[in-house]
Amino acid sequence: MTPSTSAKQSLLPTYLQVAPLTLVLMLFFAIPVLLVIIVSFLKYQMLVGIVAQPTFKNYTDLLTNPTTWALYRSTIKFTLIVLAITLVLGFWIAYFLVFHVRNLITAIGLFLLCTIPFWTSNIIRMISWKPVLGKEGLINSGLIKAGIISEPLQWLLFSDFAVVVAYVHLFTLFMIVPIFNSMARIDKSLLEAAVDAGATRWGVVWNVVLPLCKTGIALGALFVVTLTMGDFFVVAVMSGGMSGSATSGIFNDLQLLNYPRAAASAVILLVIVMLIATAIFRLVDVRKELVR
Amino acid sequence: MASQPAYGPRPWTFYALATLFTLFVIFLYGPMIAVLVLSFQGPSASLVFPLREPSTMWFDELINPRRPGDVMGAFGRSMPLALIVMVLTVLISVTAGFAFRRRFWGSTAIFYMAIASLIVPGLVLSIGTLVTFRYLGLTASWYGSALGAHLSWALPFGLLIMFAILGRLSPSYEEAAYDLGASKWQAVKSVVIPIVFPGMIAVALFGFTLSYDEFPRSWLTVGSKNTLPLEIWTMTTNVTSPALYALGALTTFVSAIVIAIALTSIIFIQRRRAGRT
Repeated sequence: MTPSTSAKQSLLPTYLQVAPLTLVLMLFFAIPVLLVIIVSFLKYQMLVGIVAQPTFKNYTDLLTNPTTWALYRSTIKFTLIVLAITLVLGFWIAYFLVFHVRNLITAIGLFLLCTIPFWTSNIIRMISWKPVLGKEGLINSGLIKAGIISEPLQWLLFSDFAVVVAYVHLFTLFMIVPIFNSMARIDKSLLEAAVDAGATRWGVVWNVVLPLCKTGIALGALFVVTLTMGDFFVVAVMSGGMSGSATSGIFNDLQLLNYPRAAASAVILLVIVMLIATAIFRLVDVRKELVR
Repeated sequence: MASQPAYGPRPWTFYALATLFTLFVIFLYGPMIAVLVLSFQGPSASLVFPLREPSTMWFDELINPRRPGDVMGAFGRSMPLALIVMVLTVLISVTAGFAFRRRFWGSTAIFYMAIASLIVPGLVLSIGTLVTFRYLGLTASWYGSALGAHLSWALPFGLLIMFAILGRLSPSYEEAAYDLGASKWQAVKSVVIPIVFPGMIAVALFGFTLSYDEFPRSWLTVGSKNTLPLEIWTMTTNVTSPALYALGALTTFVSAIVIAIALTSIIFIQRRRAGRT
């Protein structure tokens, strides 16, 4: 945040400037989330719907149901795998663009090449894996033609593997952009100083570059974790119904019109996501990085 | 970025990382190209390679469908919705970005509310918005509840971009303009807008595409008429013809045009500015 030099000026224009944002966030974020929390403590009755009667039943039902735990185990497994892969990919791709590409225009061009798919439809990008990974898809027919396998590989599509591929395809970008941002700001003379002081190439990466872009890594991790945990359609499509995610429970309850239990699931997910976010915000001061 | 740290000529890591990068780009674009090619599949209606008797029949199928579904209608809703979200995102996040240049009571709360709105799972927000509208006795619609749900997702992105842009706009620039006798309006017009404008295009690009492609936040909030991503979602479950790929190719084409307009206008502005100085 840039401190104002004319501090005596009235703050009224500032409040007017921030009012529309606040209004939209109140109406379409704060109030909806608050109502979800309230509904999660209400009773559900078949054929009637929501009954205005406070209860903890939705939560006890969920927390004593082994399915909930299985879904969360599966979600957390996916989240950790995807986080690890996107982190490694994102870090090295950003590193390549910032420190290895010598021409600034080329670096920006290659960076854009990585970011353009972000602005296209996620669903289409996910579906586009079907003709590649399917039983008669590009990979299977290619491997058969090459004589490496005789039967198509079944685990390529509609499997945990396919889910991870789709997540990495969709979310690596969210890792590359913030890490790229942090790295681009590193003063190159620092690296030279480290080398002059006798650091190895690996030592420079580990002791200089990595610590200096930990804010970028934290922001990227925040995005990847929350997107993976909040997803349900990638798991639904790419696993072919074999795996579930924390949100697929919500999805099922909604289709049964059991809003209170769906709301309770949503609140549990929300609490977990917010706890992870808070932990990340404690590790690094994201706000200082964003608002300068 | 232009200079290499002191390792001398290209080290082996350059080639290793260049290979990784190339593979990543193939990974990123390969499947999309496959879908693009397969959308021209012939009457065999095969969903996989090879391409037999290439034709545009599946695009025709989208416009004159033989199955129930309303692709064109969905497109006719998604487009105006995305444009409205785009305009509102630019207006609201630019003004809010300026507010955050000063310290004011509640700024931290509003900042964290925006971040929370960014990371809250879309489905959770979808339920919340639906329940809110029911509670208020309003009907969910793409121009009401869905518009709000999209804004709550696009605005934080816009705000973060504005922070990045305004971080480069030191207040001393404006003060210098005032010292030289500029009026408030002149300072905004000749100093602030030129610096902020490319960033505003980026905000617009985000606003448009985040809304145009949004699925989870639209799911419960659009009411009885689908937007395009929801229509695609329905098709993935019940259409087993290359019409799905044709639709994918079309929406990607629309996104590509929007991206191209945004990027070329940014490049054009930067060029013109570089030429002037």
